[in-house]
Amino acid sequence: MKMTKIVRTTADVFYPFCLAFGLYVVMHGHLTPGGGFQGGAVMATGAALLIVARSYEDITGRLRKGVLKVCEATGLMLFLLAGLSGLLKGLPFMANWLTQTGGWVGKVMEFGPNGGELATGGLIPLLNVGVGIEVLGGLSIILLYMISGTKEKKP
Amino acid sequence: MTAFLVLQALVLLGLLATAVMVVAFKDLLAAAIASAAFSLLLALEFYILQAPDVAIAEAGIGAGLTTAIFIIAIRGTKRHEEHDQ
Repeated sequence: MKMTKIVRTTADVFYPFCLAFGLYVVMHGHLTPGGGFQGGAVMATGAALLIVARSYEDITGRLRKGVLKVCEATGLMLFLLAGLSGLLKGLPFMANWLTQTGGWVGKVMEFGPNGGELATGGLIPLLNVGVGIEVLGGLSIILLYMISGTKEKKP
Repeated sequence: MTAFLVLQALVLLGLLATAVMVVAFKDLLAAAIASAAFSLLLALEFYILQAPDVAIAEAGIGAGLTTAIFIIAIRGTKRHEEHDQ
């Protein structure tokens, strides 16, 4: 079953917007609904659009198994290292030692509702980014392996 | 309040209709698309019940990735269900 030109063009147009919206959900995970898993799933939906619209030979220029494997491993390592980094400070695993320090992701905030300041939350945005990269790699590679094993009949 | 109940009744009726469509269609591609519509209506219902977090997950996984997996499976096999006599 070969997809029409309409489907292919629509997938090409929607792919960057899916990635951008997924990145938005990931980066605002500590402020708004959503987070690492949901944003990663939205990004993987963009990859799924490309994979569904084309054959495996057409897709290997944009999505490679090796790159997605590296994505998955990098996300897990980022999550684990962010969790372990508290141990260096003498704090327990997953201790949020970056928050309220005035530094990179720990802007000092008053108690109460956040007016939209992104650089708060300390360790939580880092964990969200790690989970987002991991879920993008994991879910996309499932679809990529599935389509690479599919024998399409010639019409 | 009444508008809220009417909206929920409409969404639930849509859920029932799409669920029946998934079973009834003999064209498997149409059944996959009906399943995606079911997931999208379920995400809308989650959003109405004030769980936007679950709604994003349902829309991404249910309507996006599951449909993609079904379509890839249909591409590898046949599109139409056969009548077994």
